[in-house]
Amino acid sequence: MSIAAVPNDVRMPDMSQVALVDEVGVKERAARFQTRSIKKESKIEALQMVLSMIDLTTLEGMDTPGKVKQLCQKAIHLHDAVPDLPHVAAVCVYPTMVGVAKKALGDHNINVASVATAFPSGMAPRQIKLEETRIAVDDGADEIDMVISRGAFLQGEYGFVFDEIAAIKEACGKAHLKVILETGELGTLDRVRRASVLAMHAGADFIKTSTGKIQPAATLPVTLVMLQAIRDFYYETGKMIGMKPAGGISNSKLAIHYLVMLRETLGSAWMTPEWYRFGASSLANDVLMQLQKQATGVYQSADYFSKD
Amino acid sequence: MAETRIPVAKTYKIYLGGKFPRTESGRYFPLNAADGTVIANMCRGSRKDFRNSVVAARSAFAGWSASTAYLRGQILYRIAEMLEGRNEQFVSELVLQGISKRKAVKEVEASIDRLIYYAGWSDKYQQIFSSVNPVSSSHFNFSVLEPTGVVGILAPENSSLLGLVSNIAPVIVGGNTCVVLASESLPLCAISFAEVLHASDVPGGVVNLLTGFKDELRDQFASHMDVNAVVFCDGDAEISKIIQEKAADNVKHVISRRDQDWSSEMSQNPYLISETQETKTTWHPIGS
Repeated sequence: MSIAAVPNDVRMPDMSQVALVDEVGVKERAARFQTRSIKKESKIEALQMVLSMIDLTTLEGMDTPGKVKQLCQKAIHLHDAVPDLPHVAAVCVYPTMVGVAKKALGDHNINVASVATAFPSGMAPRQIKLEETRIAVDDGADEIDMVISRGAFLQGEYGFVFDEIAAIKEACGKAHLKVILETGELGTLDRVRRASVLAMHAGADFIKTSTGKIQPAATLPVTLVMLQAIRDFYYETGKMIGMKPAGGISNSKLAIHYLVMLRETLGSAWMTPEWYRFGASSLANDVLMQLQKQATGVYQSADYFSKD
Repeated sequence: MAETRIPVAKTYKIYLGGKFPRTESGRYFPLNAADGTVIANMCRGSRKDFRNSVVAARSAFAGWSASTAYLRGQILYRIAEMLEGRNEQFVSELVLQGISKRKAVKEVEASIDRLIYYAGWSDKYQQIFSSVNPVSSSHFNFSVLEPTGVVGILAPENSSLLGLVSNIAPVIVGGNTCVVLASESLPLCAISFAEVLHASDVPGGVVNLLTGFKDELRDQFASHMDVNAVVFCDGDAEISKIIQEKAADNVKHVISRRDQDWSSEMSQNPYLISETQETKTTWHPIGS
């Protein structure tokens, strides 16, 4: 495979120099974020921030244009009963649904994100992955969520994975590239750190934990390791990289703890939808119900919110 | 053999989603025996415990309401069997709370019998309350009962076990799930009854039992949008009014069972089942 497409300023890092992770320390630190209590006005602000960072997602084999249109309607009209709600950051779909989503979202300033590269397994030849990426971008995808070849990565073929990410980045053109590490298949936090470093050097705009198809998906410790990798990459190169935990974040309280972790690891510069996303399908309704609870003082029921 | 032994006292916790956690609030209230000694520190359940219980009850609802009437009857019968086996424990708890031994024995026996009574109704109430309705068009028109959903129960204050059982049984036999606030002054049996439920194949979340203060939690029971019916057994006209007003937001069923004598045979009947059911009427076209 030719790597001529890889721009000259993209250099593979020395993988033997990637920092090792103190697993016990990371877990303790991550657990401590969950002891923070965010109440009242701060909670409302945090909840609205969570909403604005959501990539509303449907990635099922049974997805239809109708389902995608419904999801886009939800993205535009989260809960019209509450005025001045922020809208979600993006709608995340399969490549075949990009055109449908693009049309359904119109000019509402909500991005269309498309998974690509033989999501979720990534088991396809590179030409096909590149072609799939180009098709998604041509159809109007603003963001591409690619998966890395975990098999190759676990075999230590870092060069292969690096070239692959760099080539996909090239194929993305103007579209933002999110690189899914699928941390549930990497096994150790050391490998999570290594994959993060590899992806960032290869040109990722975002690094993302999971496809949502493998358990465990996003966890606080894994996300913390990735945030630390982003921080160190920023100190090293001056380049900001975005973060997207995905899968398994389905309630507001946990989402707020993720924000606390973001604030205390990367600082407030990252606390915008431009640099941080939640990949989730059922989180939005829980956040909406919490916001409604804050407004009315009454615990809410899913019966009164649109289905996601 | 050692002559002295330190007795192991039971920690009374709440029953939530099939587990026995402590209250998330970390608050407790002492429960005094008739002679003033402290029997136990009871969990003072918070509104968040209540909220978590409703989430547990909601997620248990789909499975429980879809289970067959036969299975629900079997499980209620099983609860009765387990209660029978722990008869003496409940008698001694009632005595500890200041009831005479004779009355306590009677109350436990009546509770067991009440469970058997409602177990028997599991596959019969539907036939009694359903109907085929005459209509003047080419339709076959029939009405059947369906469980309403999550039911909040404020258990009777002065009937520790029998009142509790008499209110839970008709709700769950009809396929509902429930969140129950036990008697504030007589809460011991409620938590021991949760252990009985836990050992009787009642799926986690179908019955959730809290202990705590009625004045603190009553409004939450009445106002929670994901609770479909609220049953209350105490309180004056003013309290009744407040519950009804708060329940209006999501048009809950409000079921008042105030001043009921739970030991009476009259306080067990299939109407208690029907009170937490919805009637679904179907119009089915038929040939001319």
